[in-house]
Amino acid sequence: MNRAEERPPSGVGDALGVLDLQGGVCEHIDHLLRLGIEARPVKQEKDFDGLAGLILPGGESTCLARLLRIFAIEEIILRRFREGMKLWGTCAGAILLAGKLVGERPHLSLIDIEVLRNGFGSQLESFACEAAIPKVSDAPVPLTFIRAPKILEAGEGVEVLLRIDDWIAAAESPDVLATVFHPELTGCLAFHRYFARKCGLAPGGKADLDPTWDKTSWTRLARII
Amino acid sequence: MDTKRYELNVQLAQMLKGGVIMDVTNVEQAKIAEEAGAVAVMALERVPADIRRDGGVARMSDPAMIAEIKKAVSIPVMAKVRIGHFVEAQIIEALKIDYIDESEVLTPADEECHIDKTRFAIPFVCGARNLGEALRRIAEGAAMIRTKGEAGTGNVVEAVRHMRTMNREIRQLAAMPVEEVTGFAKANGIPYELALKVKELGRLPVVNFAAGGIATPADAALMMQLGCDGVFVGSGIFKAAAPAVRARAIVKATAFFNDPAKVLEASLGLGEAMPGIEIAAIPKEQIMAGRGW
Repeated sequence: MNRAEERPPSGVGDALGVLDLQGGVCEHIDHLLRLGIEARPVKQEKDFDGLAGLILPGGESTCLARLLRIFAIEEIILRRFREGMKLWGTCAGAILLAGKLVGERPHLSLIDIEVLRNGFGSQLESFACEAAIPKVSDAPVPLTFIRAPKILEAGEGVEVLLRIDDWIAAAESPDVLATVFHPELTGCLAFHRYFARKCGLAPGGKADLDPTWDKTSWTRLARII
Repeated sequence: MDTKRYELNVQLAQMLKGGVIMDVTNVEQAKIAEEAGAVAVMALERVPADIRRDGGVARMSDPAMIAEIKKAVSIPVMAKVRIGHFVEAQIIEALKIDYIDESEVLTPADEECHIDKTRFAIPFVCGARNLGEALRRIAEGAAMIRTKGEAGTGNVVEAVRHMRTMNREIRQLAAMPVEEVTGFAKANGIPYELALKVKELGRLPVVNFAAGGIATPADAALMMQLGCDGVFVGSGIFKAAAPAVRARAIVKATAFFNDPAKVLEASLGLGEAMPGIEIAAIPKEQIMAGRGW
């Protein structure tokens, strides 16, 4: 595989990482592997070597923020980001990346969006639907919202990828992608492919829906035996 | 419950992986837990250690108390109902919190039937001591499993036993030829389709947390290394000398369970842990893990 020529100068490696402190880590790695991408859980400084991009997964943002701070991973992410590593936050990950949070101090503050945590209510309000996101996929993209936050506003230099009613579900800047839903919890690989390309990688395959995926696919990375 | 709703409920549990769920009895404790990095709180009137001490019938907590805790934190809120008490479950669902624990820590309301969890939109977590028990609960609609352990003892031995038992049975199932699965499923009271699923996956099809007796960062890391997906800490935090410090330490040790230097760091300067109880010293009729089947 010769990815070197396809990579823009900002690229810093061939692999994608998933921040492995808490939350939906296996689910993202499973998706990346389906695209033929070298993917790894990221927990400490050495895990960042050779990463073109890092996914901040869903989980609980208060827990993730606390662990980022006490183990000084925050500074590593900020430094690698300045060196060219791209970032994608899903759900809690989007909260960590937001420049503004309603009612509290922001965390990494790397994309100019304003986010409302837990924008829908309890688990009984979690839902799944479908939407057209032309920039990401030709086919409608299945969307899963779990106790999801809402992006209320996107600032200058931030492109809205999906707006639903009066809130925003997906947005991006040149270096950061933020989605309040969970593409890793569906059989659709479109967002992972989109992010991999954003990182200068050449993900394999063409179809966005992977018929071999099912809701237990993540368990192959969390077997007992 | 439609399939999609069940899937969403299983997926919420997936988002809790690698995290710590803490028992809290009031708003102040709930805030301490959230600030410490808990991924969810279990709202209840008395922690298991006090339920054990007080005796009598332990029921669902006052819904007003649960509602206050729900208002005070932004992380998911869980609450316990008695085994088989589907009306307590209806009440908790109407309260619109995030998860119900059908729990042996409370006095069972039904010694024959667990709740038919497929009739609810709200997700359920249930305790189990072995694979058969876990899969029977999943067949009834549980979206998440936890070991029973022995709650309120500060003694991790039963949680270890239950986790090892489940793992052993999963390994047996994975290694056996498919024609032996029918007999294994029959002997262990396992729904056949789920036995096949576990054989294929090499683990439970839903998230499995450890619970019952976890009191230290080392206990949490032990359970994680044994293969569970996260931990519940009941009495272990707010019965300890310095709850906030211990809560933070258990969160750290759970996230970095495979890194002895970090678990060591988390184990320093915590003050006294909760007083522990030897399981053999508990009268048989007071063993909570034996409730439900």
